[in-house]
Amino acid sequence: MEEYTFLRQLADSWMLVALFAFFVGIIFWVFRPGSTKQYLDTANIPFRHDDKPATSKEAGQ
Amino acid sequence: MSNYIKLIVLGLVALFAMMAINFARDTAYLVHAIIVTGVSMGLFIRTLRRMDTPIAAGSVENEYFDSVVRAGVIATSFWGVIGFLVGVVIAFQLAFPYLNFEFLQGYGNFGRLRPLHTSAVIFAFGGNALIATSFYVVQRTCAARLWGGNLAWFVFWGYQLFIVLAATGYVLGATQSKEYAEPEWHVDLWLTIVWLAYLAVFLGTLIKRKEPHIYVANWFYLSFIVTVAMLHVFNNLSIPVSIWGSKSVQVFSGVQDAMVQWWYGHNAVGFFLTAGFLGMMYYFIPKQAERPVFSYKLSIIHFWALIFLYIWAGPHHLHYTALPDWATTLGMVFSIVLWMPSWGGMINGLMTLSGAWDKLRTDPVIRMMVISVGFYGMSTFEGPMMSIRAVNSLSHYTDWTIGHVHSGALGWNGMITFGALYYLVPVLWKRERLYSLSLVSWHFWLATIGIVLYASSMWVTGIMEGLMWREVDANGFLVNSFADTVAAKYPMYVVRGLGGLMFLSGGIIMCYNLWMTVRRAPAKEASLTVAVPAE
Repeated sequence: MEEYTFLRQLADSWMLVALFAFFVGIIFWVFRPGSTKQYLDTANIPFRHDDKPATSKEAGQ
Repeated sequence: MSNYIKLIVLGLVALFAMMAINFARDTAYLVHAIIVTGVSMGLFIRTLRRMDTPIAAGSVENEYFDSVVRAGVIATSFWGVIGFLVGVVIAFQLAFPYLNFEFLQGYGNFGRLRPLHTSAVIFAFGGNALIATSFYVVQRTCAARLWGGNLAWFVFWGYQLFIVLAATGYVLGATQSKEYAEPEWHVDLWLTIVWLAYLAVFLGTLIKRKEPHIYVANWFYLSFIVTVAMLHVFNNLSIPVSIWGSKSVQVFSGVQDAMVQWWYGHNAVGFFLTAGFLGMMYYFIPKQAERPVFSYKLSIIHFWALIFLYIWAGPHHLHYTALPDWATTLGMVFSIVLWMPSWGGMINGLMTLSGAWDKLRTDPVIRMMVISVGFYGMSTFEGPMMSIRAVNSLSHYTDWTIGHVHSGALGWNGMITFGALYYLVPVLWKRERLYSLSLVSWHFWLATIGIVLYASSMWVTGIMEGLMWREVDANGFLVNSFADTVAAKYPMYVVRGLGGLMFLSGGIIMCYNLWMTVRRAPAKEASLTVAVPAE
């Protein structure tokens, strides 16, 4: 099979399925149980460490 | 030791550049060789003079690397005004052709100045804004100092050198005629080096982060850096005719070249002007509104949907060309699907203000950020609509496209950058507040009315032009000549120029305000504790 036909068929079949599955997987991952609590913490990252980097002690927490 | 390596490299570069001056085959290459010689010799002397300076003792790891961000803020404001100014000049050149002065032919006519304008606003203004804000945001959200020491300074100055080389090249006629990718091969190579250093600094900082999670703004910034590197390399695959000349020949040809160009071109919009600036939105809007982003879940879905879809949208620039129909249909369909993540992101940005809408009345900076997200929503609605083949048959090659680009670039990119600059300057220079909020309001209204004038005049002239081109009489002959459409567009061109002038004046007011903030605004209390003069 020549290269173009092969790539075209791969793109139309397995690659399409794989990328779509990856994307759907992310949506499920985002809504996994317990994510709300964790994202609440992540969303507040901009409000910490405004003036100075974290010390390694803080990071160990 | 590293100083010796620096000296050797700089010496070799200077030697090569001097040979290039001698052998240069065209003016642009000659000028570039002179610039590179000057820069490398200057750096050589500077390094030599500092050979014996002991490296300052003490760790700086407990401080953020903000000097490079301050330089980036200055560069952003400077290039912004330059880029807007060139835009106003070429807008009036279109309205009044005699402004293409005879003595400037070949250097300062519309054809030479247009790429200067587009690159100045996108790459010089937008690029510097992205580099500066990404360096600021990645440090704050990783709670870590920038990785790589002075590599960040290399990125900053290397990028300025790229801008100067690109700009002088355009004026002197070195261009590979690819939209938004005009610089010739030697300038492209330099940008590749700088960009890889940028990627290294950003990734290095992410890797040594102290926060366990990577904040969403950094995902957007990282996708912008990685994708632009990939796009830049593939779209600029070319073989120089001679290493002593600026001319090069593209590796791809014909419709393949066109496809690669618009795959690059649309993703320059998608990743440079959208993903990167969304990184700004996801940091500076929460900071200015003093509340976390509306939905962090939505921001993750926004990110993945945006980068999965944008990369396919390029072919919609090539409707009714030699590109196969299936490819343009694919581009069109993905462009329309893009409505979803774009509007998801817009809603996420706007709703961050829920519960704090009163700030719109009191804080002109947040007003600026909100209107930028509004323009983002508007232009990401307009874009997919224009990508539909039937609409495109009317809009393509007309001024409607230019209007669309500017409502996105001036409205979305410009306004969010202004908002970020107004946020950053008091923080970076440790001032209590901005010098004048009423000047921010002036800037806001001048810029907003300017964009409205610009976009609406371009809608009118674009649709008029498209309709005039396709108008046929009863016998099937075209009714209008091309010159008829040019004559009919004149009043709208004047209005567009005025809109641009208003946007430019807003930018100048901003520079004055930021300058006075640094010079006059009261310093922050914390920095006063060090030395309070006994009055």
